Amino acid sequence: MKQLPDNAGFLPRDRSWHPDALTPAYKTSVTRSPQKALLSFPGGLGEQSGPDFGHDMLGPLDNDLILNFAKTGEMALGPRIIVRGRVIDQHGRPVPNCLIEIWQANAGGRYRHKNEGYQAPLDPNFGGCGRTITDGDGAYEFRTVTPGPYPWPNGMVDWRPAHIHFSLIGHAFSQRLITQMYFEGDPMILQCPIVGSIDHKEAIESLIATLNMAEAVPMDARVYTFDIVLRGRRQTFFENRWEGL
Amino acid sequence: MSSKQKLLPETPSQTAGPYVHIGCTPNFAEMAGMYDEDLGASMKKGPVKGEEITIIGHVFDGTGKVLQDAMVEIWQADADGAVASGDPNFTGWGRSAVDMETGQFRFDTVKPGKVPYLDGQPQAPHVTIWVVARGINVGLHTRLYFEDEDEANAADPILSKIEHKSRIPTLMAKKQEDRTYLFNIHLQGEHETIFFDM
Repeated sequence: MKQLPDNAGFLPRDRSWHPDALTPAYKTSVTRSPQKALLSFPGGLGEQSGPDFGHDMLGPLDNDLILNFAKTGEMALGPRIIVRGRVIDQHGRPVPNCLIEIWQANAGGRYRHKNEGYQAPLDPNFGGCGRTITDGDGAYEFRTVTPGPYPWPNGMVDWRPAHIHFSLIGHAFSQRLITQMYFEGDPMILQCPIVGSIDHKEAIESLIATLNMAEAVPMDARVYTFDIVLRGRRQTFFENRWEGL
Repeated sequence: MSSKQKLLPETPSQTAGPYVHIGCTPNFAEMAGMYDEDLGASMKKGPVKGEEITIIGHVFDGTGKVLQDAMVEIWQADADGAVASGDPNFTGWGRSAVDMETGQFRFDTVKPGKVPYLDGQPQAPHVTIWVVARGINVGLHTRLYFEDEDEANAADPILSKIEHKSRIPTLMAKKQEDRTYLFNIHLQGEHETIFFDM
């Protein structure tokens, strides 16, 4: 009998939990959505592995958006927050050494990008990007300011809810994920066509960070908690050790 | 582990949006110096084994328009067919924001060797590709194969299982001059690229 490789692949992605490719209320998806079925195959070693990033590549301010673009002695403007959480897999196990890259608008809702068309001003002390790598427990943390909501060209008066973009590189290309984090209590969340690309209410709720005042830093920053779940590996019948560690 | 154990649902995807460059390629987004170098900008850190090649291409929408805001990532084996190469000079992973004017992506890499599939069969040399952009709700996975690897392609365990043979050319990079391969990605339409759920 042929020995199966240790790595038996990933659990199938539940496509109904993710947005469809074609979500007409989000207009750009109309011409950018594949119309043919995705072809399903167990991934090969390429899909089941991925690049590895060492903690030593990080600069001391990479996860501090209040300071990482600011002039010496200055800081970004806006309500100061800490966003923290854990990256785990579908079995609930931590995903250590996961590269997290984030980007966001400034407190006025303006991105630092040449294609940005909103009239709100740039903050000279805010770049809007940060990165970190999860620790052995899958934990991560960023310090930033709450991004502002902003209008965008879709419907005549569509506004994005305040959000932070998250890019995650876990242990395999099959787990590759980009998503967005929203803020508890924001009335714009359920009006947004991009949020509305997700059908399940529970799936949307899993993108909303919870305000965690018990952990707030006095006279400094409020804390939002946002946990992220990446695809888990399939369990093999003979498995006798935890995969992915 | 009990089969009754409830699996957690994966965090759902959301589009990378038009400003993915800010977070993933800040030097490209004109925030020079935020990080030393954009991650994935160079796949070769010194002399590498094998045939050095360049992969270029564009991403097209359903009207035939070139995307000017996409980001493409690749992951591949080294010239010996080792995934997660032991060669310290070869990362195997590349990331390219498409040019904001021309829409071209570009990777300077090496031609990968054959990697065994799960059953041990050799796979034809290929590169795993992931595409995100504004309007793409879930990042798209595909594979680049090389049109000049006829024999290996014919025996490839994935390619040989594709029902609609007429679509296979959408996965073939075309050899150009100067060790360059052209791989265009069509999000929809007559030449829609095969995308995988892997």
